[in-house]
Amino acid sequence: MSRTLSISIFRHNPRDPASAPRMETHELAEAPGMTLFIALNRLRESVAPDLSFDFVCRAGVCGSCAMVINGRPGLACRTLTAALPERISLHPLPGFALIADLSVDTGTWMRELAERLETWVHLAAEPDLDLLEAPLSPGLAEEIHELDRCIECGCCIAACGTAQMRPGFVGAVGLNKIARFRLDPADSRDDADHYELIGNDQGIFGCMSLMGCEDLCPKELPLQAQLAWLRRGMARQGLRGIFDKKDKK
Amino acid sequence: MPAPATHALPRVSHWPAMLDLAQSLSGLLLALFMWFHMCFVSAILLSEDAAWIVARFFEGYFVFGRALPWLVSVFVALISSLLAVHALLALRKFPADWAQYRAIAAHSDRTRHGDTLLWLVQVATGFAMFFLAPVHLYTMMTRPELIGPFESADRVWSGFYWPLYLILLFMVEIHGGVGLYRLALKWGWLPARNTRDGRRRLALAKWALTAFFLILGLASLGAYMKLGHSHAPLAGEPYVPSWLRAEPAR
Ligand code: HEM
Ligand code: SF4
Ligand code: SF4
Ligand code: FES
Repeated sequence: MSRTLSISIFRHNPRDPASAPRMETHELAEAPGMTLFIALNRLRESVAPDLSFDFVCRAGVCGSCAMVINGRPGLACRTLTAALPERISLHPLPGFALIADLSVDTGTWMRELAERLETWVHLAAEPDLDLLEAPLSPGLAEEIHELDRCIECGCCIAACGTAQMRPGFVGAVGLNKIARFRLDPADSRDDADHYELIGNDQGIFGCMSLMGCEDLCPKELPLQAQLAWLRRGMARQGLRGIFDKKDKK
Repeated sequence: MPAPATHALPRVSHWPAMLDLAQSLSGLLLALFMWFHMCFVSAILLSEDAAWIVARFFEGYFVFGRALPWLVSVFVALISSLLAVHALLALRKFPADWAQYRAIAAHSDRTRHGDTLLWLVQVATGFAMFFLAPVHLYTMMTRPELIGPFESADRVWSGFYWPLYLILLFMVEIHGGVGLYRLALKWGWLPARNTRDGRRRLALAKWALTAFFLILGLASLGAYMKLGHSHAPLAGEPYVPSWLRAEPAR
């Protein structure tokens, strides 16, 4: 039996002085295999032509369609309406600047994060392009690749109570990136460098192990394991810091 | 011109790491201590003599041949300091203003996420212990000689401490259980290779331990209340173990 969905959507355009935040509810006949991406497009084609939301890949690859679906962050293009109750509520991701309706600016946030944590490979020297690259063991390559699957969708920021309370917190997305470069032998940074980036309450020591990121990352990245690994490493580095200081005197 | 005297400044502080370790270590020690504590308290379930032996043991009675209650005072002072350190560090994590409180409450409400709720439970139970734990610690520190089967029973019943102990029991067991669970997640001590299985097992162990210590605690408190009730007419009379009692006059 096909259902009629009742979809409540957060509507507001902060750039329009006449706009006020509100919830708009539309009815929509459910179709087989319908995703929220399809549902939202149907609504935009019919009753809500000015509805804003973001999509690019429609396949869970680009990370642009993250939104709060019945209270929990997720990718709209990967969410089947069949998996949801008849009443669906959609909100923009909290923790990011609102563009309009369901569209938020994760890009600026992610760029600032990348600059702050320097999330790129820091080579020890200019690579000699005529030489073979240093080999990487398949196991390690696999591990790095696993962490590289992050699509910067921002769900872990919306899922993290710490990030919601303390906007300066780098969140699982940032910490996962440090874990990725810490694994990578091509990156010349050591733990003293990592500690400078995340050895504080905006970094790894701010994480309160609430596990929202681990539970709600749509790419199912092994975030708890990365956070614990970084925490152990940074705690060790912090301890080392005490002894090093004495050495220098 | 001579070069100015320079000395290098530290690049970063190691304090955030220290504070994080201290938070975890103080929580771990407190939680382990609370388990031992509960085992000692439950001696009353064995017999009044057993409770007397445990109480005198900590006063060094079986080492020095006489009770030295100040040993208990010193130990309680140490535990109180540990609690103070732990609470001070925990304050860093409390929602600090209306906006933060609003953010975490709305977030928890919205996501209905189990572990986030558990953290809020930890904040709430920790906050309650701010006020409840010192009452208990102060009495133990200042009147260590009044620990014993009759003495404690009289405090529980005639001294009307049982409501305090009843609330504290739930606060400590829930807070400590959740704390140990999060400690394992935080530092990555999981009883399985993958996080999902490890977490499920941890959660099971956590609830089993919490239930065990709650039942043990309720039984012990019940035993003290019963004893205190029947001993109420003689409240204040110290306990004398069965083998030291004078033979009843013939
Ligand atoms: C004044 C009393 C107390 C307060 C205010 C308090 C508060 C807190 C708070 C807010 C946390 C969470 C910290 C975080 O998220 O990083 C915490 C963690 C913890 N607490 Fe307490 N607590 C108190 C007493 C106790 C007692 C008596 C025990 C032992 C049963 C205990 C055991 C723990 C453990 C094991 C943790 C986990 C440590 C960690 O996450 O690093 N706490 N406490
Ligand atoms: S870690 Fe997961 S939830 Fe966070 S941005 Fe990356 S893919 Fe999204
Ligand atoms: S474990 Fe919790 S506090 Fe830490 S990053 Fe993930 S959601 Fe945030
Ligand atoms: S549209 Fe690209 S992840 Fe959903």
